[in-house]
Amino acid sequence: MSLTQSLLRSPVVAALTAPHGVDRYLELANPMWVVHDVKAQVVAITRETRAGEPVATLTLKPSRGWKGHESGQYVQVGVEVDGARRTRCFSVSSPESGPGDLITLTVRANPEGQVSKHLVREARVGDVINLSQAEGDFTLPNPLPSQVLLISGGSGITPVMSHLRTLLRRGYGGRITFVHYAQSPDHQIYAEELAELPPHVKVHLLHPDSGTDAFYSTEELARILPEHAEVDTWACGPAGLIEKVQETYDENPRLRVEYFKTSSLQPLEGVEGRTRFADADLESENTGVTLLEQAEALGLTPEYGCRMGICFSCVSRKSEGTVRNVRTGEESSQPDEDVRICVSAPVGDCVVDL
Amino acid sequence: MTTTVENPDTTTPTTEAGTEADVRTIGHGPYRLSPEQLEEFGRELDEIRQRVVADLGQADADYIRGIVKAQRAFEGAGRALFYLPPAWPLAVGALSVSKILDNMEIGHNVMHGQYDWMGDPGLNSRMYEWDTVCPSEQWKYSHNYIHHTYTNILGKDRDIGYGILRMDEDQAWKPYYLGNPVYAFLLMTFFQWGVLLHDLEVENIVAGKRSWKDTKHLHRGMIRKVRSQTLKDYLLFPALTGPLFPLTLAGNATANLIRNIWTFNIIFCGHFPAGVESFSIDETEEETQGGWYYRQLLGSANITGSKLFHVLTGNLSHQIEHHLFPDIPARRYPEIAPEVQALCEKYGLDYNTGSLRQQLGSVAAKIFRLALPPRESRQKLASVTPLRFLNRSAATTDRTADAGAGSVAV
Repeated sequence: MSLTQSLLRSPVVAALTAPHGVDRYLELANPMWVVHDVKAQVVAITRETRAGEPVATLTLKPSRGWKGHESGQYVQVGVEVDGARRTRCFSVSSPESGPGDLITLTVRANPEGQVSKHLVREARVGDVINLSQAEGDFTLPNPLPSQVLLISGGSGITPVMSHLRTLLRRGYGGRITFVHYAQSPDHQIYAEELAELPPHVKVHLLHPDSGTDAFYSTEELARILPEHAEVDTWACGPAGLIEKVQETYDENPRLRVEYFKTSSLQPLEGVEGRTRFADADLESENTGVTLLEQAEALGLTPEYGCRMGICFSCVSRKSEGTVRNVRTGEESSQPDEDVRICVSAPVGDCVVDL
Repeated sequence: MTTTVENPDTTTPTTEAGTEADVRTIGHGPYRLSPEQLEEFGRELDEIRQRVVADLGQADADYIRGIVKAQRAFEGAGRALFYLPPAWPLAVGALSVSKILDNMEIGHNVMHGQYDWMGDPGLNSRMYEWDTVCPSEQWKYSHNYIHHTYTNILGKDRDIGYGILRMDEDQAWKPYYLGNPVYAFLLMTFFQWGVLLHDLEVENIVAGKRSWKDTKHLHRGMIRKVRSQTLKDYLLFPALTGPLFPLTLAGNATANLIRNIWTFNIIFCGHFPAGVESFSIDETEEETQGGWYYRQLLGSANITGSKLFHVLTGNLSHQIEHHLFPDIPARRYPEIAPEVQALCEKYGLDYNTGSLRQQLGSVAAKIFRLALPPRESRQKLASVTPLRFLNRSAATTDRTADAGAGSVAV
């Protein structure tokens, strides 16, 4: 760590910049100067596919606080849309990194997703976005197994690509089987790189749209790799694919999976659905009353104040689902947003971090 | 933190709906609204709110970030100018402006959740900490919750007199209150410390209603915040200026004092000029949304002034709009003020506003007048009628039409 860095992170500087902290000053001069928070500057953007919703790889230069990542981990990316920061998780697609390294994210512009659309369509080289430190345990073990199977679908390729790139960079000599499902060759992400892999990497690119029976099935996997049950496997992709892979492996601990964090919850009319209080691990049927009242009916005691939406004592994180403000009728469906639970009633299924 | 307020004993109303309670007021003012009118009034205010909320976006984000930038620039300039002794007054001025912006247009408003929709951790009500000795967590309880929920309800809103002053005729006079002007002066001078001690409810401890042990959960936060605020202003920054230590220390203390005087005066002009209503606990039982709006409106007062003045007050010069919509970004208050005022005209309600000089004069007069015991002739006609009777009784409507000046015909 440089002298400037150590100085900026020192308790004396913290005391001088209290109560706001040094980053709140540094970011005004240049957002990339922050020392505690993590930001990242876009240094390159490349288009990955020729069909479907556009997919782009963004090369990012993280700020000084970046601690690096293990392959298979994800970051939370925050971008601003109309003055409001929206945050979503994306797997890092580049090989494992350390402080100072560049990283890449490969993002498909989901028509419903403000963040992914912004990253693919609006982001420009030079932009600074908000980043979290890397999280997640979809990582490689130490020591490495003698054989590796990577299964992915669509943009689920990103964390397993990070594994593949990491293994190759480390000079891994074991056998790697790489199975990927893309709609068509034109939808294939990283097509060129995958075409030039060394011989100990067996690549199977399967394109259901090409007419062959290329959907995932246990039989298909058995054809590709008969001993798959004895091979350490990482699978990432849409929920449908992952569920089928899990059926194949039937609780076999060699399988590690990661789902896309897409909300499967559909907003419903009226007062149907269930409300889940994630921290307490409790659920209740929606009764049409506010989240606060539902929580209290379950015996929870969340903090609250005015119970009319003005004092913000009860603000909690809603991680999934739609809520309706009972005072104004406004509905909001953003994942991971802070809501006032005293005036928010769930519409359909809903998950709250309480 | 406990977040419930015990319901103080309520006196049993002596009137029944449909009998002599027909002639009734909300608060002590001459204004009368029927339940239907109250509901309509509330609905019209809700509409204003929803329109603004739907329109929030980039301009609001740019605005608050611009203010943050300006605040940091004033702070930097102030701290730097202390190295130039002849520029001492300038340094104090810049630091004062920085602290005023930090506390009012940024801190107060951010902690109301006005910018939570931005999702910026630096402007989030749950995380923001401000440049004053009171921990934000404790202030949010006494201010956002207690004061904004129970605005101007005697016995519930502890901002009325801050437990020290007599600011309302209905606070029973005691000889202690002869010192009202002196206490007010001291509270103004040490305002940030007064706000810090507010949550302790020292007056209740003195009165034996609260024990020292009840305040234990507050101590750690208070000590931590006081330590960090005094360390930087009274030790570290002065030390950094070396031989100028005493000058810098005095400068920082002066900036804190100027901020104290400014915020005290703006805040007192928001709720205590002549014409502002107070309410009893009974009156506000089972209050409707419209009734709540009504109380916020009549319990608050505005100050007229330039755009710069409004910014320096954190737009609390639009106290009325702030109390109606505490979670709307403050920069929107000037824009909706004419609509709120027009609504007041429509419903025959007083929209209390005046120049800083007028409002300050009015507050000062009240501080002095209430130091003395009430004269019989000055005593108000205490027509205390609970809102709930008003809400239940349709008969009210007929009488309000006859009620004369200040009322609205239905």
